[in-house]
Formats: sequence, structure tokens, C-alpha cells
Amino acid sequence: MAMIEVRRLVKRFGLKPVLRGLDFSVEAGEFVALLGPNGAGKTTFLRILASLSRPTLGEIRIAGFSLPAQAPSVRGILGVVSHQPLLYGDLSAEENLRFYGMMYGLPDLKRRVDEVLELVGLRARRRDLVRQFSRGMQQRLAIARAILHDPQVMLFDEPHTGLDQEAAAMLDGILQEVAARGRTVVMSSHDILRAARLASRVDILSKGVIALSLKGEELDPDTLPRRYREVTRG
Amino acid sequence: MAEPLARPSDLAVRRKGGALRSFLRTIWAVLWKDLAAELRSRELLSAMLVFALLVILIFNFALELDVRTRGTITAGVLWVTFSFAGTLGLNRSMAVEKDRGCLDGLLLAPVDRSAIYFGKALGNLVFMLVVEAIVLPTYSALYNINLFVPGLLLVILLGSIGYVAVGTLLASMAVQARTRDVLLPILLFPVVLPVLISAVKASSGFLQGAGWAEISTWINMLVAYDVIFIALSYMVFDYVVEE
Repeated sequence: MAMIEVRRLVKRFGLKPVLRGLDFSVEAGEFVALLGPNGAGKTTFLRILASLSRPTLGEIRIAGFSLPAQAPSVRGILGVVSHQPLLYGDLSAEENLRFYGMMYGLPDLKRRVDEVLELVGLRARRRDLVRQFSRGMQQRLAIARAILHDPQVMLFDEPHTGLDQEAAAMLDGILQEVAARGRTVVMSSHDILRAARLASRVDILSKGVIALSLKGEELDPDTLPRRYREVTRG
Repeated sequence: MAEPLARPSDLAVRRKGGALRSFLRTIWAVLWKDLAAELRSRELLSAMLVFALLVILIFNFALELDVRTRGTITAGVLWVTFSFAGTLGLNRSMAVEKDRGCLDGLLLAPVDRSAIYFGKALGNLVFMLVVEAIVLPTYSALYNINLFVPGLLLVILLGSIGYVAVGTLLASMAVQARTRDVLLPILLFPVVLPVLISAVKASSGFLQGAGWAEISTWINMLVAYDVIFIALSYMVFDYVVEE
């Protein structure tokens, strides 16, 4: 059964169309990487899925809930990581998670905060202020925030942006662990090879529609960059 | 299209409480977060306070007043000070949410978004009241005038509620724009004018010993504007913050 279903999605900012009748479907437990050049509409698309932006036209269902009509229900099963950490610099790591846990009404919050801090390797830094964290540590904490309520669907918007190699590798590990736990993952990225390595399917967004969808043996790291260029150039 | 899967994760199922409890919990969470962050950074309060004290100090030097005139202009000076310092606080309070993308973090939570508005508005009200609590004795000392009149304190509370109610809503609109620092006062002052006029008139009435019949009209207007602005903000906040 499809966890995410999008039909004929259109999004315009004023008169400028960004998404032009996009169709998209993701099965439960699938890890889909969304590739595309700057301005292709990846962030706009993910913001619509996250109920942060209203579609101009089209149908969207996540876990069967319709957007934007049933947005609060969708938000409860959604975890979002963007290139901004969505964290408060003047609060500690633990306080940030406690705050978001309160917003989600989570029971046994202290135990859950401990669990996710352990998962992202930040338990020892729990009392440090977030503004003292490196970019990599902030991104790990952002993932802890996003998985705090154990969401079924995870949206990652270019999560590797600004990370050094070590931090990016650690993030890859966390992404794989999230996927291994059976969560449905949609990740936008500019890194073609990383996307092919992590995801079970790669969709290329170009000119406001999914121009190419590849999975399984089609995700060949030798041919993927060439196919990407063909699709996005044409 | 598929039928609803409707199988939220175990944690989601075990979420606590009903709608009202969730609403109140969200308000408390946002208020707690704002107070905790401000206690640590003191950025917002110190900026508001320094600005407010500078304003009353400048007025003190600019206006050489006899005892009678002081009673007449005090209400105006006080509300100019409160409203300018308040604008500074409102701008900063929403900028903190926007700069690190935290506003998105708030909007992603599965809660009634008007609860987020009330949490932010309560935080702004606390900051404004703290500034007012420091400005009042300072003003009293500088101008040698007693401001600790219960009626005046009530007017300050009602005026601040109205100011913060509409200010928080407009600040969440203005924060989306690049020119938010300029935009907020331009949007806010025309809208909040009825509150400021009522507050100045009522404050002036209490300071000059006017009768209740004269003052009550302005108090009633303040209460009415507070209710209208709060109700309006409750209804439209969700639309204001969404793209």
C-alpha cells in the first residue's frame, strides 16, 4: 500500500509555476531519493508534503490522510529534517528535545529524550547549548528532534548540506538506521552517488515533474550521473 | 487513492490528553521555551529595557515640566515608551523563530496552531510587563510623580494585552518579509491605535483624578478591543503563518 500518494500536484508562486502536475508515489518502508538541479522544486515539494505550504492544485495523501484537509493528522506521523536545524541556540540539546516532546505530547519524555540522544551520539553533550554545537552536531540533533515522536514517514531536505565528510558519513549511518527500522523516507539531495547508495529508488525532478524514476539495478553509479545530466539538460 | 492506513506509530497512539489539554500544553511549552531561552540570553529584555529607559530619560531632559503639566503628559510619555519598546520585543521574539527555521519546527507539530499564537503572545506579554515594572518606578523617581495607582496599573495591563495580542499576530506576518524590522511598526501602529488612544485617555484620567464615569468608557473600549483582537488572532493565525 502506498504511504505517500501525489496526483497532478501544481504549485505556483504568483504566476510562476514551480510544480507542474507532478505525480509521485512511495510504498511503506521505501527510501526514495529526490534529485534535481537548483530551482527544480525539491524543497517546495517537500514543504508541501510536510504541510508547511499549500498546494495550488492536486491531491496528496500520506498514510491515507489527505493534505491539506487532514494536516494535523499528517504532522503527527511525519518527521522533517531540513538544511536548517529548527533548533533553539539558547537552549541545551536536552531542553530542545524536551520542548519538541511537549509539543508532540509524548509520554515518558525523559526516557525518550535519552533514547534519541543515545541514537545520534549526543548523550554526553546533552546539557550543552545548541549554539555551541558544530554544524554536524546540530544536524544530528535535528535528526533526534525529527525522530523523537517515532514518525512513520521521514522527509529529509538536503540534510548533508554544509557537513564535512565525517559528519556526512555519520549522517548516512543514521539515515540507514532510520530506513532499517521500516520507516518511509524521502530525501532530496544534490549528491547523486550518495543518493544511489542510500536509497532504494531515485526520482529525478526536472521542470516541475518527476522526469525519471530509477530503482534496483538501474541505480548503477557508473551510468547514473550521465542519465541525470540527460534528463535535467533536456 | 488508498484508504486511510490510520495506523499511527505506538508513540503517537500513546500521546497524552484531549484537545483542551493538548491546547494548554502547547501554550505552556511555547511559553516555557521563550522564557528559558530569554533567561539564558537576556537579549530581548535588555534591548527593550535599555530602549525604554533611554526614551523616558530623553523626555525628562526635553520637557521641563511643572507639577500640573506632568500629570497631563505622563500618560502619553508612558504609552509612547511602552509601545516603542514593545515593538522592539515583538520583532525580536519572532525573528528568533524565523532565523533558524524554528517557526517551521513549531508549525510541524500536530497541534492547534492558535495555541502556538497564545504561547508566543503570553511570552511577549510577560516581557512587556517586566519592562513596564521597571519603567514605572524609574519614571516615578525621575518625574517625582506617583504612578502606583491601582486603576493605572489595570489600564497598563489591559493596554499591554491588546498591544501584544495584535502585535504578535502582525509580527508573525511581518517576519516572513525581508524588511520585517521596518514593516512591523508600519503594520502595527495604525491597527493598534484604538488600544493606544483608549489606554492614554484612561491612564490620564486616573493620573488626574477624573471620575469613574469618565474613565469607564475608555476602560470598556480597552476590554472590547482586547477581546476583538484576541478573537481575531485566534481565528486567522493559522492562515497568516502558512505559505
